[in-house]
Amino acid sequence: MAKVIKLRKGLDINLKGKATKETATVKCPGEYALVPDDFHGVKPKVVVKEGDAVKAGDALFVDKLHPEVKFVSPVSGTVSLVERGDRRKLLSIRVASPSPSKGGENGEEARQFTVPSKETGEAVKALMLESGLFAFLRQRPYDVVANPEDKPKAIFVSAFNSMPLSQDFEYVLQGQEAEFQAGLSALAKMAKVYLGVSAKQTVKALTEAKDCEVNIFDGPAPAGNVGVQINHVSPVNKGEVVWTMGAEEVIFLGRLVKTGKVDFTRTIALAGSEVKAPKYYKVKVGQKLTTLLSEKLKENSEKSGEAGSVRIINGNVMTGLKTTADGFLGAHATEVNVIPEGDHADEMLGWIMPRFNTFSTHRSYFSWLFGKKKEYVFDARIKGGERHMIMSGEYDKVFPMDIYAGYLVKAIIAGDIDRQEALGIYEVAPEDFAIAEFVDSSKLELQRIVREGLDILRKENA
Amino acid sequence: MNPIKKLFDNIHPYVEEGGKFHAFRSLVDGFETFAFVPNTTSRVGSVNIHDAIDSKRIMSFVVIALIPALLFGMYNVGYQNALATGHLADATFWGMFWYGFLAVLPKIIVSYVVGLGIEFVVAQWKNEEIQEGFLVSGILIPMIVPVTCPLWMLAIAVAFSVILAKEIFGGTGMNIFNPALITRAFLFFSYPSAMTGDATVWVAQDTIFGLGYQATDAYTAATPLGEAAQAGFSGFAPETIENAITGLIPGCIGETSVIAIALGGLLLLWTGVASWKTMLSVFVGGAATGYLMQALDLTQIQWYEHLVLGGFAFGAVFMATDPVTSCRTECGKYVYGLLIGFIAVLVRVLNPGYPEGMMLAILLMNLFASLIDYCFVQSNINMRAKRVSNK
Repeated sequence: MAKVIKLRKGLDINLKGKATKETATVKCPGEYALVPDDFHGVKPKVVVKEGDAVKAGDALFVDKLHPEVKFVSPVSGTVSLVERGDRRKLLSIRVASPSPSKGGENGEEARQFTVPSKETGEAVKALMLESGLFAFLRQRPYDVVANPEDKPKAIFVSAFNSMPLSQDFEYVLQGQEAEFQAGLSALAKMAKVYLGVSAKQTVKALTEAKDCEVNIFDGPAPAGNVGVQINHVSPVNKGEVVWTMGAEEVIFLGRLVKTGKVDFTRTIALAGSEVKAPKYYKVKVGQKLTTLLSEKLKENSEKSGEAGSVRIINGNVMTGLKTTADGFLGAHATEVNVIPEGDHADEMLGWIMPRFNTFSTHRSYFSWLFGKKKEYVFDARIKGGERHMIMSGEYDKVFPMDIYAGYLVKAIIAGDIDRQEALGIYEVAPEDFAIAEFVDSSKLELQRIVREGLDILRKENA
Repeated sequence: MNPIKKLFDNIHPYVEEGGKFHAFRSLVDGFETFAFVPNTTSRVGSVNIHDAIDSKRIMSFVVIALIPALLFGMYNVGYQNALATGHLADATFWGMFWYGFLAVLPKIIVSYVVGLGIEFVVAQWKNEEIQEGFLVSGILIPMIVPVTCPLWMLAIAVAFSVILAKEIFGGTGMNIFNPALITRAFLFFSYPSAMTGDATVWVAQDTIFGLGYQATDAYTAATPLGEAAQAGFSGFAPETIENAITGLIPGCIGETSVIAIALGGLLLLWTGVASWKTMLSVFVGGAATGYLMQALDLTQIQWYEHLVLGGFAFGAVFMATDPVTSCRTECGKYVYGLLIGFIAVLVRVLNPGYPEGMMLAILLMNLFASLIDYCFVQSNINMRAKRVSNK
């Protein structure tokens, strides 16, 4: 029987617009994009030219420092644009798919990889590197793309996301159990695999998964964060490395191992209070969001820059990046959330009003009266001004690790690297601070602070 | 569009960089953020949604929690005046309240005008938003001084504490000492005769706009703790303790009524603004020390009497729980609270010079709060270091 780990700290936020469990398909767009910024910590080097023909699985760019780490095209087609920004920073590489009608099923055209008959750790790694799947592995410390030269002490996969409006992986998994298991087994050749399962998940493919150690986590968000799970199972010490992989990306790996072809098709949740009928959609990594979003948002939401404008989030409402309808589905995004922007709300005297329809963890509001069932609409306002850290213990209440979150954040702000190390910065990723940032009454941008801190630390330690 | 919003939109060009009245940016900004929740939305790369709580609301709730004690304090000022002049029988409730109101209001105004004035100037100078911390300090200060404290002294003390106890460290959230207590400490050491003296300070003795009663000759009314410090003291009469609970005793304006303080304390605990750990441990520490002192036969004051007399309850509920200057680790809060209670009673019992010890106890522990935190944080660091060396 798998070990059950009970977590007390944390917070479940009940947002309106959860995805119902049905999957729809969308018309496939002609253009896909791979965005290097989605793969944090990589210096991209483009290996294709505009006009080149590529197959799904062919590299579009590689990491300058580790050219064996390849970032591959999700579809077959022609490279239509290598988009560069200021100081020639690579923004995206776009691939036009010539047969939009065939869309998701580009099986014949995809590049065929030879799956090694005898799966050793080295063989799996080589296959993953060549097929671009290695790029989906992330490492702790620093929360960056994994380094193939490292020997990780373990690989962690979290089978659930506890953040609001997130994808329900148990639903996504239906019909793909074999691929998921194949992916886990392949990963297990490289290092010990730990699978984190939610106490609410009962499907056998998860709770009785083979070739890995299953741990069951029972508690509020952010219990689904892989960082929290690592902290409770096998914390990262200085000098150690663990790798992490998204659950759906394990399915990608399973498909590759089974068929020898890459297929980056995800079942994402299109959710949020501004979505007409929130549900799941089958889309590919890098797909243009216009096709996904057109005619699916509520009517007054289509206007932009005025009252009623919306925020489209590439990824989860807690951790994702604001984007536009012209954007492309992020590499790691398992959902697209749409909420009101709220920049014209002009709410009067908020500091004293009862604000009955507002959710707060604080009991000066009344959301405690309405129970946990009530769903709330959130807009993107910060709802206050940024201050120094005033209240104490706010972060610790929603930070289920044995780390003093407030002190760690202060050490990062102060740039004190020794203290950051001592306080456990190697164990955290920005996403672990998402709930703390939500509840923070001083409105500090914790995720950004932690991200910058990790980047500086990585540079210093390099 | 909302007319008030329109007004602010019209003012904006004047106070922005390069505008005619740029010097008033922080002022306009301060008022606007009070009138409207800022429309700022979260930046790319940070959490897209936020809890509706902000420091404005937190500070406002502390002010609300202080109102029962403040209103009672006003009434008590009038009551003590009537009592001292022998007119208690013919004084009316509203007469006494309005008398106290008029006696206290100027202090509140002076405290806010001086303190917020400095805050606005500093916010303008540092090009920051105005911080709400002084909303609480500004109301606390008039409540912890004697009613006869001259306004000019108060003004100097407020300026001293806002500048040297707060802004110098970087503003709300960065200060080491509680600014309100620094104001009181400044008055206490600079103008001792106005703060304790020979017990003439606790009762207002003049009429205000025809309200209240004029004392014919200087009336002295010691606080119960002051009485206890005098030679030959042999324990309080039961009425004194009853009065201390309702609050009808001489003392600083806001500190006398345990009932009014408890009302505010409940609000603070319910909303979670104050930590119950700190609050509870101050009382436990004080009671335990009081009991110990009694057992050692060092004092005639019963252990529970310490908790209701003087500034103990007020300090425990509103001062010790200040999140900025108290311990930030959860375990540290227990130690911090216990030590405040311990030192406060220790000073009361063993120090012959000054009958009250709460202010100094809290200020001393403000100083040691970071040290207590350091120990607990260090144990977490050691745990992590051990994990590495055990490998």
